[in-house]
Amino acid sequence: MSSIILPELHYAETHEWALAQDDGLVTVGITDHAQQLLGDLVFVELPEIGRVVSATEGCAVVESVKAASDVYCPLDGIIVEVNELLADNPELINQDPYGEGWIFKLKTTSTLDGLLDATAYQAIASADDEEDEDSGSLTDPRLV
Amino acid sequence: MAKRTPLYARHLALGAKLVDFGGWDMPLNYGSQLQEHHQVRTAAGLFDVSHMTIVDFPDPVATRALLRHLLANDVARLYPGKALYTCMLNEAGGVIDDLIVYDRGAAGYRLVLNAATRDKDLAWIAPIAERFGTAWRERDDLAMLAVQGPEALDKLAAILHPATLAKVNAGRRFHAVEADDGLFIARTGYTGEDGVEIMPAAETAPLLWDQLLAAGVLPCGLGARDTLRLEAGMSLYGSDMDETTTPLVSGLGWTIAWQPPDREFIGRAVLEQQRTAGIPQILVGLVLEQRGVLRSHQPVYDGDREIGLTTSGAFSPTLNRGIALARVAADAGDRCQVEVRGKRLAALTVKPPFVSHTG
Repeated sequence: MSSIILPELHYAETHEWALAQDDGLVTVGITDHAQQLLGDLVFVELPEIGRVVSATEGCAVVESVKAASDVYCPLDGIIVEVNELLADNPELINQDPYGEGWIFKLKTTSTLDGLLDATAYQAIASADDEEDEDSGSLTDPRLV
Repeated sequence: MAKRTPLYARHLALGAKLVDFGGWDMPLNYGSQLQEHHQVRTAAGLFDVSHMTIVDFPDPVATRALLRHLLANDVARLYPGKALYTCMLNEAGGVIDDLIVYDRGAAGYRLVLNAATRDKDLAWIAPIAERFGTAWRERDDLAMLAVQGPEALDKLAAILHPATLAKVNAGRRFHAVEADDGLFIARTGYTGEDGVEIMPAAETAPLLWDQLLAAGVLPCGLGARDTLRLEAGMSLYGSDMDETTTPLVSGLGWTIAWQPPDREFIGRAVLEQQRTAGIPQILVGLVLEQRGVLRSHQPVYDGDREIGLTTSGAFSPTLNRGIALARVAADAGDRCQVEVRGKRLAALTVKPPFVSHTG
């Protein structure tokens, strides 16, 4: 199972991606690798706008046909926008995880430098795949 | 190492996501579980269910007496070709397994039991069968393919021998036919759709699989099988009932044959006590009123009162809603709340099935 990892994004080991926009906001979503592990998404619980979140805090939930999984905030900040389209179209995350399937936007004073780059995230995703093939397990450590 | 069905190589070649299921390496999906689900509701899907346990009892007379004692439903209701869904109970009335019995006339009876329960089922049956002097044989030389969906029978037309096809077409739901070459084809399934379960020799199963795919039946995994059966209101052993629950508290009272009153099947005494004393809990269907997903083991409330737990839950692809089966207090009303991640979500209480096939 090979997945797309974009070089221009930053990543968290919990399979979120982050992109610093020109307006200073940071867009967050889950990676192609994550959506492949989860399978078809059927529900997204979005965070409330204005919520103050800390790095590594669970702030959204994506539910697939298989299980529910937390989406962790990669940085400290405030939720300023959420992708309302996901309420009725959670499959956007499967179809376009780095584009139409973005989940929320964060106002933050943190930089993305502390996150993983594409090469480092690739190593994590590849290790996952090997483990997945070895065990054939249903259990992704992120699945709650 | 996990057990593999005769179709394991086919699953690999199709890029299936494989999971451990009851000690078997089985396909969870071949890409999209949702698409596979819709495929079965609207056209036809193909499932490898060769992990199921098939047991044959060749002696019809001795086996009839055995099964009338062993099973809560009554094989006296059967006639050659007819199938019967039943629970097999322990002395406490708890469900050891649920299964289908096929009456094969002079060839005896065939039982199809769950995969994960195989060892305990056979360990339970063996001494009782010995007491009845009944021979039996596990048919691990057979595979099992399910073709399910409104177009299932049409698709079969392309691959079956004309004489076999004529038998299948002349047959009815919940009946089985046996072709001249011995191929066993039952009009049964676990999806709520019309269709068949075919039990070919293991070595011929890959060819049959290929022919069905060539006829336009798409492969479907156990993930879709689970959401299809849940929409159809069918119980899953180990989730909706187990050895600690009787059929009466599991929505399976309809599978108990109380008549004749002198048939002494295992578990009967406890079931009669429970029926007399009043059944404390019932299995109901829940439909979430807002968007979301239900899962098993979520608490169910009626206002402040906790009235039970979900036993199976999923997102229904057909209804676009969260649905669940739940074991709740017998006096539960038609509205309740399910606790999901600390929040109480409003749900309607319904009588399954959630999705009815009308064709």
